[in-house]
Formats: sequence, C-alpha cells, structure tokens
Amino acid sequence: MKEFVIDYRRQWEIQSMIIPGIIFMIIFCYIPIYGLTIAFKNYTVIDTLSSAPWVGLENFRIIMSDKYFWDAVVNTLGISFLKLGIGFVIPIILAIMIYELNSGRFKKFVQTISYLPHFLSWIVLGGMLITWFSTTGLFNQLLLSLGVISQPQNILLDAGKYWWIAVLSDIWKEAGWGTILYLAIMSKIDPTYYEAAKIDGASRLRQIWNITLPNMKSIISLNLILTVSGLLGSNLDQTLVLMNSQNRDKAEVINSYVYRMGMSQGDFSYATAVGLGVSIVSVILLVTANKITSKLNDNQSVL
Amino acid sequence: MNGKVAKEDLDSRIFDTLNIILLVICTVIIVVPLWNVIISSFSSGKALAEGGFIFWSPEFSLENYRAVFNDSSIWQAFFISVSKTTIGVVTHVFFCAMVGYGLSKKYIRGRKLYVAMGVITMFFSGGMIPTYLLIKSLGLLNSFWVYIIPALFSFYDVVILMNFFRNVPDSLEESAKIDGAGDWHIFLKIFIPLSMPAMATIALFNGVGQWNDFMTTKLYITDQSLYPLQMMLYEIIVQSQTQSMQNIGGSAVIETTTKGVQLATIVITTLPIVLIYPVLQRYFISGMMLGAVKE
Repeated sequence: MKEFVIDYRRQWEIQSMIIPGIIFMIIFCYIPIYGLTIAFKNYTVIDTLSSAPWVGLENFRIIMSDKYFWDAVVNTLGISFLKLGIGFVIPIILAIMIYELNSGRFKKFVQTISYLPHFLSWIVLGGMLITWFSTTGLFNQLLLSLGVISQPQNILLDAGKYWWIAVLSDIWKEAGWGTILYLAIMSKIDPTYYEAAKIDGASRLRQIWNITLPNMKSIISLNLILTVSGLLGSNLDQTLVLMNSQNRDKAEVINSYVYRMGMSQGDFSYATAVGLGVSIVSVILLVTANKITSKLNDNQSVL
Repeated sequence: MNGKVAKEDLDSRIFDTLNIILLVICTVIIVVPLWNVIISSFSSGKALAEGGFIFWSPEFSLENYRAVFNDSSIWQAFFISVSKTTIGVVTHVFFCAMVGYGLSKKYIRGRKLYVAMGVITMFFSGGMIPTYLLIKSLGLLNSFWVYIIPALFSFYDVVILMNFFRNVPDSLEESAKIDGAGDWHIFLKIFIPLSMPAMATIALFNGVGQWNDFMTTKLYITDQSLYPLQMMLYEIIVQSQTQSMQNIGGSAVIETTTKGVQLATIVITTLPIVLIYPVLQRYFISGMMLGAVKE
C-alpha cells in the first residue's frame, strides 16, 4: 500500500493527465451503464434512479406482446440484412475495380468522387432524397424520359418501397468510403505474386480470385464481425429524416422506436428495456460472428 | 506461344475496358444527383414547380438564397455550428491527446485497469435513455455545453494517439528529462508538435462528426437559439414534408418556396465540408491506416 502511494506521488504529473479521462469515463459511460437498471424498474418523471420501485422483468413481458415493437424488429432485420447482403459486398468489388485501374489520374478521380457522399450528413442526404424523389424531381424525370413509367410518383410515400430506399441510399453514401481499408490492404500485396501468376497464364479474374481476395480474408472477416454486431443498432438518423406518415409501418426501426417511446412518450423504463434487449442480442451476434469467422480463418480469432 | 500471349492481352484489355466503363457509371451515379441538387437550388420557384430538368435549369435565380439569408435564424445557426465545431474539436483533441500520452507510458501505476475500463466503453453503453437522464441531472439540457462536454472523449481516438506517441523515440524524452523537464512540459513542447499529423486526422474526423451531428440537438435541445444548421435543415424538411402531404393537389406555391429554401439550406450546410474536403482527403487515408492497419 505504501509503495502504491509512493508510486502515485512520484508519477503525479503523468497521472494528472490520465485521471481526468478516467473520471470522464466513470461519469459519461459507467453511470449510464448503471442507469440501465431502470429497465427493471417503474421509473416515472418524479422518481430518481434509486427511488423508483423494482418491477423485475415486467417491462420485458410487455415488450413480448407489443405489436409495434415486433414491427420495428422485422423492419430492422429486413433493412439490416439487405444492407449486409448487398452493402457489404459492393465495397469489396469496388475496391478491386479501383485497384485494377492502370491510369493514376482516373484512379484518383474515382476515389475522390466516391468518398464524397460519406461526408454528407443524413439530414442533408435526406433532404436531397426528398428532392430527387418528388414528383417533379430527378428520379421521376429520368424514369419518364426512359419510358419506364408514364405517371410521376413519389416513392417515398410508398411504404412497400421504403426498405429499398433505405438500403440503396445507405450504399450510395458509404460504398466508396468502405473501399479505403481494402485498398490499403491491397497496396501491401507483394507484386511478385501477380507477376508469377501472369507467367503461368492466369487471367485477370483468376488473379483476383486466387491472389487478391485471399490476401484480404482477415480484414474482410474483421469488417464482417463489426458490421454484424452493429446490425440492430443503426439507422436512427436515416429513419428520423426519411420516415413520414405514409411509410411509417415499414420505416420504424428499433432505435427510432426507443426514441419515440422514451423521448416523445416519456416511458423511460420501457424504452430502456427495449434498448437493453437489443444490446444483449448485439453482443450475442458479435460473439457468434467471431466464432464463425474464426472457423473460416483456420481457427484464428480475428478479434 | 505468341498466340497465347496475344489472347491474354486481349482478355486483359477487355477486362480493363469493362472495368473503366463500370467505374465511369459509378461516378455518374454519384455526380449527377449532387449536380442536380446544386442546379435546383439556383432555380426559380416556377422552374422548381414545373420540374423536368436534370442537368441545367431553365430559369436561374438567386431567390432561394436570398430567402435563406434574409432569415436571421440561419446566421444564428451558422454561428452555433461553427462555434460548436471549433470548440468541440480543439477540446476533444487536446483531451484525448493528454490521456493518450499518459497511457502510452508503460511504467505507470494502474495502466492495466485504465485500459480495461476504456475497452469496456468501446463495446457497452447505457444507451439513449440512461444517457438522457444523466445529461438532464447534470443540468446540460438546453445548454451550449452539451455539444462540447459529452463529446470531449473517445477511447477509439485515445488508442490511435497512444499508438502514435509510442512510436516517438524514447531518447527524446530521456534527454528532456535530463534537462529537468517535467511530463507536462515534454508533452506540450515535444510530443504535441511531433504528433501533428495524427492529431490533424482526428481533428478532421471529429470536426466532420460535430458539423454533421444533429442527434445531440434533437435529444437535448429545445431552445431554438441553440439550433445548429443541421437541426434547422431537419426542421425545414419535416415542415415541408407535412405541408406537401396536407396540400396534395393544393397550393403548389407554398410547396415550391419551402422546397427552394430547403435546397439552398442543403447547399449552405454542406459547403464548409466540401471546402475543407481537399485538405481532409490528404489526411484521412494515412489516418485510417494509422487506426486500422497495425503491423
């Protein structure tokens, strides 16, 4: 103990740099984690965290029979799996295509353009989407002039198409940005592999299949794990700006439901219970994805 | 033998051509919609109401921008956006660098515990409601500081900076210590100037995040004088959405005016990002490498 105090006293200067960070984490990260206990309480506006009465799993029981919650679950899973299925592959293909470009200038141009949408906020992009899809907007104009449709129609008001709007707009925004990491990894592949393959007469597609992709296996797995673990928790900004009274049934996701129940209706305990349930499922997803990908990677855990 | 090489050449050339065509299509898909928004924002209300243009507006006008700039609340929002971004970035980077520097020293007491505490925060959080209750009990609701204080720290950024500081040669620190410099002095006078590239990357990412953030406002701010640009734009969008839904077939004039205002606000909100984008691009690639590829 004495040694402990002496060490701290000798290191006071360096400790004085770290301690504020630790205090910050205790206040802004650990107190909210402790605050999760209100999921097991009946918290009302007049209560404090400790005065609210415990109700056990009551909130979770109500969730199970809540139709709106399950609608939100279906939408979240539907949108997220579409994003995963399409949105995960496209950056890989795009990165390979950019990597295979010979012209340096065009390469740089494509990269610059494709990163740009990532820097738009969802609010800005939401505003743009509303303009593009309006009856006089770009989207209808294109389809009209191509003769695909005969009457302009605002597809943002069409609930049946909402999932695709959510998925495709997300891909449009993030696909280019997603290539950065892959391109960084590819730039480290030893060029002699390709030269050897060329001498053996391997086609370009063969080279991609047998050299480029295997070299990216571990980073692809890592990315997959991170994407899967975040499956249930995304989409809040996007949903808040694109949801309207017409497409609500198909647009509500778990996060926006938590927002509505907690912030608009003041049902803090219930909303926290929903959030907690989602976090637990996310951790399970993370662990499962890690197990599966480590099997694929010759039993080496990526995390 | 020669025939085989020629065939490969041809295959390769077909591959290259297809590749270029596809990538040109990709860039068109990104550029045309963005261009359409810009061109629409400079269109008169009449042109917007009729629509029917993609690349070039039939009637140019500055009326949308005039309407936006005549509204004093946009200046207020711009001021809030700029101040929360600059103050937020400076304090965030300094705070993370300070903690990262401390943790980069292997010999300090309690280091394992500190790092473990940090790693836990990367995977678990209280979520929206417990965080809201905390912010409320700290008295940060409807305060400018809610943009700054909760955003001070991020363990991801601490880890990136920690790794960067570790690569600075120890001899620099030792010789400074021999000259009688303390840790704070070494940190401020030696490590900060040496770590500018890493700190610039984090500053730029954090800056974009601050500029684009609207959830903080949506959750914690009801006072309109504290609205940043993003929140103002959100309000305009929601307003025009409900209006156009009530007025299906109704007065088209109102709809196009808000549409024009919306477009001009979109462009104004995005402009600063686009302006610093060239600077940004130079840094972020090396920055991504810094955080992701550790070899």
